[in-house]
Amino acid sequence: MDTILLYVLAIAALLVSFFKDKAKTAKAVKKGLKAFEGILPQFLVVLLLVAMTLAVLDTATIARYLGAESGVLGVLIAACVGAITLIPGFVAFPAAAALLQGGAGATQIAAFVSSLMMVGVVTLPMEMKYFGKRASLLRNWFAFVFSFIAAAFVGWVVGL
Amino acid sequence: MKQLKRYAAAIVAALAFAAFLLALPAYRDKAIAMIASQTKSMLLVIPPIFLLLGLLDVWVPREKMMRFMGPDAGLKGGILAFLLGSFAAGPLYGAFPVAAVLMKKGAGFANILIFIGAWSTTKIPMLLFESAVLGTRFAFSRLAIDIVGIVIIAFALKKAIPKKEVERLYAEAERMQ
Repeated sequence: MDTILLYVLAIAALLVSFFKDKAKTAKAVKKGLKAFEGILPQFLVVLLLVAMTLAVLDTATIARYLGAESGVLGVLIAACVGAITLIPGFVAFPAAAALLQGGAGATQIAAFVSSLMMVGVVTLPMEMKYFGKRASLLRNWFAFVFSFIAAAFVGWVVGL
Repeated sequence: MKQLKRYAAAIVAALAFAAFLLALPAYRDKAIAMIASQTKSMLLVIPPIFLLLGLLDVWVPREKMMRFMGPDAGLKGGILAFLLGSFAAGPLYGAFPVAAVLMKKGAGFANILIFIGAWSTTKIPMLLFESAVLGTRFAFSRLAIDIVGIVIIAFALKKAIPKKEVERLYAEAERMQ
């Protein structure tokens, strides 16, 4: 259903763009392709790693550490993993979906997704170059703390 | 050569995967099924996402927007910063150089922080992808709470960072171009 909506939206946007400006549309398609090729290497790595990890981890193990019953500790683990790793959303979301299917809790996965997006430990040196040490560290810390609030909220909504 | 280097990690992972299949036959079927199902769902979902990404990138003029994001632009500036971040493409570290350009062009610090927050969490094409993969309920409740978070974090940071430091950052951004 969501996928159909996505296609409808993309095709509509493409048609509007095409009638307005053909050259720009060609450029947009090229940019899209380039953006895809840009993340393809990371995408392949994560795809392979996730496949191996999930082949070994059975549902019971995932559920123990990240399941709905894992509680605050599970949320903490998920948020820390999200904060440290640097995975693009295109790669992270399918992995998160696989974890959910494997028995992880929505709250835990939301903590992972939120901290993954907002907190970037790996990119801190880059951030400091532009925002200084103080602002960068504070921003990441605030974002990390906030990912718990976001997790609680998303977990609550999904469970409604 | 450069291409090969970019794919070096992927090649190593593929070799590890091959070794994994050979060494651990017990997990072979599960690993292959995992790869197959993920690849299939990716091939279905990825084309429209990247098409939208390219279209947004081409049709949203950046320079024009920068003018409307000064410190005195008020709520309008904040909303604009939010939209600009949401329509951008690329990982978070791609946002920092853009933020520096915005600072240089005179965007307010709170707007810069909102821009960074939006870039990191509320990208529209990403959101569509997220709702396709993780469910509409998950994606949109995360969007709602993250919008609140972005604003809170932006203002908390603005309060927490002394004016002198902000001035230093702006001077630094000026120097960097």
